[in-house]
Amino acid sequence: MTSAPPAGPGVVKTAPGPAAPLPPPAGRRDVRRALTRALPVSPAVVLLLLFLAGPIAYCAYIAFTDLQLTGQAESSFIGFDNFKAAFKDDAFLNAVWLTLVFTVLSSLIGQNTLGLTLAVLMQRASKPVRTVTGGIVIAAWVLPEVVAGFLLYAFFRREGTLNAVLDWLHLPSQNWLFTLPILAVSFANVWRGTAFSMLVYSAALNEIPKEITEAAEVDGAGGWRRMWHITLPMIRRSIGTNLMLNTLQTLSVFGLIWVMTRGGPGNRSQTLPLFMYEQAFQKSMIGYGTAVALLLLVVGSLFSLVYMRLLRTEV
Amino acid sequence: MPGSTTLATRRNSRRYAADAGLLFVAAAFVLPLAWVLLSSVDPKADLKVKVPDGVTLDNFDAVLKPDITFTPLLNSLILCGGATLLTVVCAALAAYPLSRFRSRLNRPFLLTIIFATSLPITAIMVPVYALFVQVDLIDTMQGTIFFFAASQLPFAIWLMKNFMDGVPKELEEAAWTDGASSFQSLLRIVLPLMGPGVAVVTVFSFVMMWGNFFVPFMLLLTPDQMPASVSINDFFGNRGTVVYGQLAAFSIIYSTPVVLLYVLVARRLGGGFALGGAVKG
Repeated sequence: MTSAPPAGPGVVKTAPGPAAPLPPPAGRRDVRRALTRALPVSPAVVLLLLFLAGPIAYCAYIAFTDLQLTGQAESSFIGFDNFKAAFKDDAFLNAVWLTLVFTVLSSLIGQNTLGLTLAVLMQRASKPVRTVTGGIVIAAWVLPEVVAGFLLYAFFRREGTLNAVLDWLHLPSQNWLFTLPILAVSFANVWRGTAFSMLVYSAALNEIPKEITEAAEVDGAGGWRRMWHITLPMIRRSIGTNLMLNTLQTLSVFGLIWVMTRGGPGNRSQTLPLFMYEQAFQKSMIGYGTAVALLLLVVGSLFSLVYMRLLRTEV
Repeated sequence: MPGSTTLATRRNSRRYAADAGLLFVAAAFVLPLAWVLLSSVDPKADLKVKVPDGVTLDNFDAVLKPDITFTPLLNSLILCGGATLLTVVCAALAAYPLSRFRSRLNRPFLLTIIFATSLPITAIMVPVYALFVQVDLIDTMQGTIFFFAASQLPFAIWLMKNFMDGVPKELEEAAWTDGASSFQSLLRIVLPLMGPGVAVVTVFSFVMMWGNFFVPFMLLLTPDQMPASVSINDFFGNRGTVVYGQLAAFSIIYSTPVVLLYVLVARRLGGGFALGGAVKG
């Protein structure tokens, strides 16, 4: 693969304007300067092409084949058959539904709302409480994925902490990972991911000028009205970017669910990444698993494009 | 002024309400964390949070052995250290022309980078596995390092460029007039001035990879090459009954480096860690 296609001779065109340090000289020096400027980008571009763009292109190719893990001499091109099969496959539709439930519950509602609530409360709370709560929530975020998975496995197990607390409160306990596995992993994702939203919203709230909220307070606007009419409109861009990033993050959660439930019992917590893994490796259908991966990638790309539009003024 | 007193009392009562709310959430969040801390020193640990009868370091003693702890941690270090080094060097080099020189390719390149930043990498692990089998990179440290670095690069370039934009260009122009090359000014002027930024990119990349489970889980097959994120599974798999105390002790040993790194960087930069470039909304 050639190095650095995006940094070819096109770089020569130094934009004229006040910010250009020197007027562009002509001829060979110009080309040489363009090359020296393009050179530093090339290692990154090579890595990205070989190990990121390459697999994505390969993904788009084998999704249309019947590639299998074992015993196949060669694979053949089968067009959209994998996708047609997927949409007739109850296990796939189940995974789509569970992914939707997992994303809405844990990301859109859980992480986002709890993160905003924590950030708002932190603005008013006393310093020690703020520090302690912030520290605990961030600790949950910093821990490695698998460790977080084990901690919440211990929390939700029949003999685990949650049931001990419920017993103590004289509330009925149950085997959470068996009766409500998707709810348990969603809570786990909230536990693990809320810190990010909290930090985003804390930063956004700190940028709102104090005078504005104080003026509204003196004018007699209550807490909810100030929140609804002043705070939320002023941080709407943060809300947008945060929702996008949370959703993308949640779409690709694998380790957390794998450790807690392996997608089970049965397939009652099998979201798309786990379904993809099962099809490709436990059932050896790489082509089919990759078709699912491609769908996930397309959905992710759509979210990513929306995210870029939200950020467009920044580039 | 009576008006201000009521405002002040209202603020006080609001503060108590906020404190109470935060403490409630903190209590809920702390339970799983308390389990790992208490169980690691509990001789009879199970799955519940409870104060141990006696404190023991036996659990740590039991796991601090080459095959359980040291080899996986060393593997993690080689894997994440190598990939982080590659990421930071490539990102610093790539960010420099993007930040310093105007070109009509900058914008498309940056847009591609942001787009790639938010792609769900999990989705491509199956094709990456298939590809690695074809090109004989499966079950190799270097293959995994390259893939790790590539997956982290878009975000690292983006962060690095934003930090680099904060270094004023005038300082470099003086060096240029003295005959320094771009590479020299990057190395001697820009990177030292953006030290904290480089530290953030480094720590962030390292922490992301240290905790990542799926990538090594897919790309490495030999047990002796497994990093801690995957080897921790063994506590459940082939060791028979799970010894929860040892699992907790290992979890603490494995998590400590990233927690310390986070604290180090977060204190230096205030709360904005990792959010510097990504979500200036």
